[in-house]
Amino acid sequence: MTDSKYFTTTKKGEIFELKAELNSDKKEKKKEAVKKVIASMTVGKDVSALFPDVVNCMQTDNLELKKLVYLYLMNYAKSQPDMAIMAVNTFVKDCEDPNPLIRALAVRTMGCIRVDKITEYLCEPLRKCLKDEDPYVRKTAAVCVAKLHDINAQLVEDQGFLDTLKDLISDSNPMVVANAVAALSEIAESHPNSNLLDLNPQTINKLLTALNECTEWGQIFILDCLANYTPRDDRESQSICERVTPRLSHANSAVVLSAVKVLMKFMEMLPKDLDYYGTLLKKLAPPLVTLLSAEPELQYVALRNINLIVQKRPEILKHEMKVFFVKYNDPIYVKLEKLDIMIRLASQANIAQVLAELKEYATEVDVDFVRKAVRAIGRCAIKVEQSAERCVSTLLDLIQTKVNYVVQEAIVVIKDIFRKYPNKYESVIATLCENLDSLDEPEARAAMIWIVGEYAERIDNADELLESFLEGFHDESTQVQLQLLTAIVKLFLKKPTETQELVQQVLSLATQDSDNPDLRDRGYIYWRLLSTDPVAAKEVVLAEKPLISEETDLIEPTLLDELICHIGTLASVYHKPPSAFVEGGRGVQHKRLPARAGSGESAESPDVGQAVSAVSDAPPAVIPSQGDLLGDLLNLDLAPPTSNVPPVPSSMQMGAMDLLGGGLDSLMGDESETSASHYRTEVQSPQPPECSERELGGDVGGSPAMGVSLGGAPVGMPAGLGAAPAVGGGLGDLFDLGGGVGVTAGSYIPPKTVWLPAMKAKGLEISGTFARRSGVIHMDLSFTNKAMSVMTDFAIQFNKNSFGLAPAGPLQVLTPLSPNQTVDVSLPLSTTGPVMKMEPLNNLQVAVKNNIDVFYFSCQYPISLLFVEDGKMDRQVFLATWKDIPSENEAQFQIKDCHLNSDAASNKLQGSNIFTVAKRTVDTQDMLYQSVKLTNGIWMLAELRIQTGNPNSTLSVKCRAPEVSQYVYQCYELILRN
Amino acid sequence: MTVLICRNYKGDVDMSEIDHFLTLLMQQEEEGLMCPVISHGSVHFMWIKHILYYFDCLFTSVCLSFVCMFPVQVFTEYFKELEEESIQDNFVVVYELLDELMDFGFPQTTDSKILQEYITQEGNKLEVAKTKVPTTVTNAVSWRSEGLKYKKNEVFIDVIESINVLVNANGSVMSSDIVGSIKLKTMLSGMPELRLGLNDRVLFALTGRDKGKTVAMEDVKFHQCVRLSRFESDRTISFIPPDGESELMSYRINTHVKPLIWIESVIEKFSHSRVEIMVKAKGQFKKQSVANNVEVRVPVPSDADTPKFKTSTGHAKYVPEKNLVVWTIKSFPGGKEFLMRAHFGLPSVENDEMEGKPPITVKFEIPYFTVSGIQVRYMKIIEKSGYQALPWVRYITQSGDYQLRTNA
Repeated sequence: MTDSKYFTTTKKGEIFELKAELNSDKKEKKKEAVKKVIASMTVGKDVSALFPDVVNCMQTDNLELKKLVYLYLMNYAKSQPDMAIMAVNTFVKDCEDPNPLIRALAVRTMGCIRVDKITEYLCEPLRKCLKDEDPYVRKTAAVCVAKLHDINAQLVEDQGFLDTLKDLISDSNPMVVANAVAALSEIAESHPNSNLLDLNPQTINKLLTALNECTEWGQIFILDCLANYTPRDDRESQSICERVTPRLSHANSAVVLSAVKVLMKFMEMLPKDLDYYGTLLKKLAPPLVTLLSAEPELQYVALRNINLIVQKRPEILKHEMKVFFVKYNDPIYVKLEKLDIMIRLASQANIAQVLAELKEYATEVDVDFVRKAVRAIGRCAIKVEQSAERCVSTLLDLIQTKVNYVVQEAIVVIKDIFRKYPNKYESVIATLCENLDSLDEPEARAAMIWIVGEYAERIDNADELLESFLEGFHDESTQVQLQLLTAIVKLFLKKPTETQELVQQVLSLATQDSDNPDLRDRGYIYWRLLSTDPVAAKEVVLAEKPLISEETDLIEPTLLDELICHIGTLASVYHKPPSAFVEGGRGVQHKRLPARAGSGESAESPDVGQAVSAVSDAPPAVIPSQGDLLGDLLNLDLAPPTSNVPPVPSSMQMGAMDLLGGGLDSLMGDESETSASHYRTEVQSPQPPECSERELGGDVGGSPAMGVSLGGAPVGMPAGLGAAPAVGGGLGDLFDLGGGVGVTAGSYIPPKTVWLPAMKAKGLEISGTFARRSGVIHMDLSFTNKAMSVMTDFAIQFNKNSFGLAPAGPLQVLTPLSPNQTVDVSLPLSTTGPVMKMEPLNNLQVAVKNNIDVFYFSCQYPISLLFVEDGKMDRQVFLATWKDIPSENEAQFQIKDCHLNSDAASNKLQGSNIFTVAKRTVDTQDMLYQSVKLTNGIWMLAELRIQTGNPNSTLSVKCRAPEVSQYVYQCYELILRN
Repeated sequence: MTVLICRNYKGDVDMSEIDHFLTLLMQQEEEGLMCPVISHGSVHFMWIKHILYYFDCLFTSVCLSFVCMFPVQVFTEYFKELEEESIQDNFVVVYELLDELMDFGFPQTTDSKILQEYITQEGNKLEVAKTKVPTTVTNAVSWRSEGLKYKKNEVFIDVIESINVLVNANGSVMSSDIVGSIKLKTMLSGMPELRLGLNDRVLFALTGRDKGKTVAMEDVKFHQCVRLSRFESDRTISFIPPDGESELMSYRINTHVKPLIWIESVIEKFSHSRVEIMVKAKGQFKKQSVANNVEVRVPVPSDADTPKFKTSTGHAKYVPEKNLVVWTIKSFPGGKEFLMRAHFGLPSVENDEMEGKPPITVKFEIPYFTVSGIQVRYMKIIEKSGYQALPWVRYITQSGDYQLRTNA
């Protein structure tokens, strides 16, 4: 006889029948009925109406029946809270049953009944069970505390259960210790700042001892808990590692991964020249490889984790390439993941083997896999310079197969190879062009167009090729349209004579017939550039592009570090921090790797290990996507239009400056500039060189009087542009096209506050604020005479202060200051005065003298005052510096209620000389990497994470002088909120 | 899809969430991007496929990634076969088991042998004497119960090595490794203390012995009964064994081994007319050894017809549903070489779909032999009652993932 029959009764009136059976006197019948109820419940029928009848069966001596009733209770207690109280008595009684199984069962079930009213009745039984003589009951009770905490945290604290739980860490039974640790970790997650798991060397020692004795799952709880501990120094770190390494030989892969997590984390603290560090590296490889002999689903999880590990420490698995070779029968998710790791491990030593494999994969039939394999070949070329040539020839072989998607994918990656190694492999262009007609995917078409535009001067029929794309311009995707526009402009700048018509055609297509703002804007920008200043146009459009390097999708270093702390959890599978997918406050505290011991000098010692890692840690640059040129263009207008712009290193940026400032000069007809004059003759501009600025502006705005064929066509230009009377205005409007980002917001100036009330200064009231204007710090003061007599002879002096602020000149107040008169004065300040550290750091003590007396007051200036204009750090330098600054110097802050998106924020901050060095977007989260330089030369690096739709952003500040961080944060808050 | 059984451990997931699972899975399957972890809003599904049933774990918070595997193992050991009927037939026990396996999302006891001691299939009556919590549940030795008695004390040790090989189409070995496993069947009374001695290279180096052949194990994994810290410090494998059958340890060896059965193949495809296959198999192992039940599986195009075979030994069979020719050789002595020829017709109208290039796979078993040369040197059994126990050792080598890519 089996139980499946219970699932088959679907008669009507079933509930009544069951009710009768539940109330039957016969035990057998009762039990049958309960089974039927549970079966119905399992298949999703609502049997909550039977609640009182089922609860009546609770008092039974049949364990099986009791378990079923308890199961029922857990399911329905929430919907029948009043009746659930009926069960309390039985629970209390069962908690004192002589049989430990029953006691544990009762305490386990109690915690699962999520009814507030009941919880308080359960405290006493729980307290007893926590001290039970049987470890089975104690371990169950420990978990129950976590359950109760989930329902009513306050109650658990008030009842002192947390302390009891902490005591259980010292329990004699390892299973109890493990569950207590698990429960405490769970509770601690919702109290990020509490010191619940008071981890100190003594408790760590206890945990390490229990680790050897408890079950596999208990070992995991303990290891996960250990991972949250930060050892005091490298010695302690090593000794913990030594006791954790044996776990790598455990048969349970979850234990292995948790051990790997602890080791990866603590390794961070070991000096790299330590012998033990090398030993540990060697020990980590074999268990990771063995994880790949498991079932495919486990393999997948292992591979996702390995993917993180190879990014953090590529040296661990550098010799294990072949275990990642793809097998024919691997599921697709395993294949793709293996491929990814293969690329990460590719190096000069193994590249031949890798390429042979990749080529093999590229002839498979699974489209997704094949595409990724082709792409991988391109990534190898970019990663391993010595292999580039082989990669290119492999790709050419693949193109010969004429398999459509292979060809398209190959062209996309060849474009990237050209960007990495310009002027090296152009001989293949002919082959690529042969396949022009077969390209039907936007990405491939865009890539091909980019190639044609970039090498227009070497392709004889470049104009024909591009023209052929132009026919169906409006049916192309935006990506292709943008690329085509740029390519034709490039072509025009390279071969102006033959391609005038073409460029006009594409410009009018882009600006007049398109609804796409990106396309229109780009069209206008080119148009303007070409018509106002072809030299600048050349400089901008044909600017030397930065070389791309390394790989595309390396994980952000900070994110990677956080993910390393989450090895073996869902976060490591998704490659997302838990906060990205866990609702509520649970588990969202950011974990971070500990800092290397003896930071600074010792870590930087130039030993071999360091050198190896330095190579592998080389700052990753990102292959720009198709839209990047547009990005580059828009970047132009991020430069502040102030007169004292600091020198910007990138040639691209120089172009921008030129455009804004000197561009007009060349338009005025600099005859010495040959290419410009050549161009001019080509287009046969009738424009007299001495034409006035005003006229020029009109022309730019679209007056047909200019007569230049280029300038003559803009029919659909916005009215505002055409009407703009002055050159400046015209250009300003042009940049307005970029969505308003062009107008740089000035630095934020707080409103004036009263620094010296009249009462304290014999009738003189001074209010003021600080501002940074054109690179000069100003103290804006208002003097009000509230006394009865005239004031004269004003003078000002500062006390020594943290940043050496001092008046740059004498205070010039128009005297005499009559009663009730107010005068505003702006006092320029220098930063070359005497320095003394103040508390708070930004405190300034001022003395003001007049004919009556000397008055003293102090005020605080926003530290943003000291942010200098050349505070934009180079990307590479930024990355290197970020890594270099020890992580204990990192401070994290929350900026609340800031409703800006990342671009607006970046713009706003730039106004105060906080420069965005790079931006990355991970899902809905934008990360801005920003640099700031203080007048005294201190650099501050910051990471600002802004999540779309979330008004709270996170700011991490790293600085060699960490005491400044807090003030920087205040500035951020001030700037972003105003 | 129907849910057979469900148990909500933390009460923070709405059980209707499972309805999204199948839709998501289907969607992924269509896109060709299946993945064992799926998320839907704040709920995450993890699944593994067991025959035709999906086992799901749902999560809202960060959880261990490995909890999904073990219920299946335990259920299989409980019910022999895990399918819809067996779950419905025993749903009460399944619920009991689910309760013991995990509490509030924390895995607890997952050893089926121990669970069987107190969760039995004959709905147990509550007799105080009978259903005590086995001390093993919470003991340091959680895998063995006390008070076991056998008339004859014996241990059977099986050393099984599987060879994984991946050979390129041009005949070069891309990767090869050996995955070994030492399985025990213990029939010993009391709480015996066991020590296993292998010809482990690291151990020999530690003790300064270098006589005879040793084996360098790349990675070793042990059953939880083995004292890991002891092994870490002096490579001693000491343990109190679980009763009955268990896998004591597994190891991986990376040393390059000659593929034991070498296959050379020529597959010539003449479009619209025929495929000709020639396969040569060579036994590259000692003459004294014999490989049993050798199966060479050669892929053929899916639209092939009219098979014709010629073999120098064994027999070949066409398995159309798998698009394979299976050449079976019952007994294959070392050093010998055999040949198989196959001929298939191809239809004049060709299949449009591109076909993959499945590799040739080989299955075999060689008894009384380990490729790595690993040996059990001794098995010491000490029990306080002082009985004499006999260890029996068996060696076998078999094919693991043994693939040879073809040119066709």
